Amino acid sequence: MTLLQTRPSVDAPAPVVIKRTNPLPGLAMFCWAVVTALPLLWAVISSFKTDDEILNSPWSLPASPQWDNWARAWTAASIGRYFLNSLIVVGSALVLTMLLGSLVAYALARYEFRGNRAIYYTFVAAMFFPVFLALVPLFFVVQQLGLLGTYAGLILVYTAYAVPFTVFFLHSFFRTLPSEIAEAAFLDGCSHGAVFFRVMLPLARPGLVAVGIFNFLGLWNQYLLPLVLNPDPDRYVLAQGLAALSVSQGYRSDWSGLFAGLTIAMLPVLIAYVAFQRHIRAGMTAGAVK
Amino acid sequence: MKHGRWRFLLGALVPALVLHVVFVLSPYAQAFWLSLTDWTGVAGEAQFVGADNYVRLGGDSLFLDAVRNNALLLIVVPLVTIAIGLFLASMLRTSSPRLGQGYRIVYFFPQLLSLVVIAVLWGFVYNPNTGLLNSGLRAIGLGGLAHSWLAEPAFALIAVMAVLVWSSVGFYVVLFSAAIEGIPRELFEAALLDGAGKWATFFRVTLPLVRESVQVAFVYLGIAALDAFAVVQVMTVGPGGPDGATEVIGLSLYRTAFTYGKFGYASAMGVALFFATLTLAVLALRSGRKERLELA
Repeated sequence: MTLLQTRPSVDAPAPVVIKRTNPLPGLAMFCWAVVTALPLLWAVISSFKTDDEILNSPWSLPASPQWDNWARAWTAASIGRYFLNSLIVVGSALVLTMLLGSLVAYALARYEFRGNRAIYYTFVAAMFFPVFLALVPLFFVVQQLGLLGTYAGLILVYTAYAVPFTVFFLHSFFRTLPSEIAEAAFLDGCSHGAVFFRVMLPLARPGLVAVGIFNFLGLWNQYLLPLVLNPDPDRYVLAQGLAALSVSQGYRSDWSGLFAGLTIAMLPVLIAYVAFQRHIRAGMTAGAVK
Repeated sequence: MKHGRWRFLLGALVPALVLHVVFVLSPYAQAFWLSLTDWTGVAGEAQFVGADNYVRLGGDSLFLDAVRNNALLLIVVPLVTIAIGLFLASMLRTSSPRLGQGYRIVYFFPQLLSLVVIAVLWGFVYNPNTGLLNSGLRAIGLGGLAHSWLAEPAFALIAVMAVLVWSSVGFYVVLFSAAIEGIPRELFEAALLDGAGKWATFFRVTLPLVRESVQVAFVYLGIAALDAFAVVQVMTVGPGGPDGATEVIGLSLYRTAFTYGKFGYASAMGVALFFATLTLAVLALRSGRKERLELA
């Protein structure tokens, strides 16, 4: 308001802002939106076309939607099974990661004991190591435990590699929580476990949601670990199955089936994103603003 | 109470620590030892060969190609991504809130897709005959610019870079525009009153105040550029081709270990990659700031 009142005395620059007719910013933003969306839309539209249409008129719309492509991708090309495998592995690993990660973060953030810092840095240091370095020995560790190509093996390895970031993220979260509530709960006779599960965990909910979304996407999109540790085609996760499919369908020239598989792989993420987009973006960029 | 405290702490820490030691720490430690052996996977048959594997790396032309390509990715991908990200984020600041929100939703979406999905998608886009890119170029009369993007050595790595930039710009637009929104409005108004133009406002007000976010972006994009495995493995010919044009360290390591069974030699590649990552992290951390920021 003060600005408006003083404006008459400041002549030159003000009008420039008021009628900003420069079309460049709008154009640039629109162009990037097209660059982002076009390949995705094109894949979705292509999944409804016949192979012939895909090969001969890549930019046209399908004459009649070929739902059969989707059915073929889901059953014959096993995308349905890969989807289920991903759901089982990622779902279990996520629950385990959140449970173990929040327990460790809480114990390290709220209890003083010898070795506390050492344990914390053991976890945090692991975030700076490339997974590629561990890949060869990890393969043999999993093999010797008899877990190669099993759900349990993938779930445990996923959890082990997701816990460090979870601990790092939630540690600072638990530190900032007020201690009065926990002390009151102790006075009321709550055990340490009860204070954690009934009092502190609910208080940390925003942090749990943020790191949970982040972990879910990271694990759902994991490719390197299953590629090495999960060689059984019946247990392929979605990313693995799609990569294998793009090789095999390429040989068979079933382009429409492959586009349908690709679209099926994108769809759940798209639906979840449309439903929770604000939470997801906030979760994934959380902390960086603070 | 004392007793319950220790029981709780043990219960909270031990399961995660066991997983951490077995699946994370011990493999990392073993990798350093394996890199000094000629192990081919047969139990008990690892011969200590000292630094031989590292000497061989220096003469392995495919590995050197991989190092060169990762270095190029490391320079180009973060710079281009951050430039586009900052540009779009500062454009969003001045656009209407509704429109800006819509753009953010669209820009961010590729970040959620698996790199495998992205690589398969772009494999189609780059298809020389039926792909979106070439048929689009032909449709607007620029058919002369059409190429076999992934089959020509001159374009293959650029094609990979474009995919990595495409998939990450949206995330950094959102990150940067959150940082820009955190800048008090008065600062922009003051700059305006002082007669600062768009560029001056950007370089003198916006950029210095989002420096922290830009540094974080460099670290995460750098780490992604040192990887690039999924896109290269799924999308390029060979993979890693044509003729090593898109080979990356991760792909060399994967092939050396799990196709050729040379586990000692592959571990040496892993150690090399580790030191590259470590150098990047140390450089970025020294140039500023606590690393309690976030992800990618």
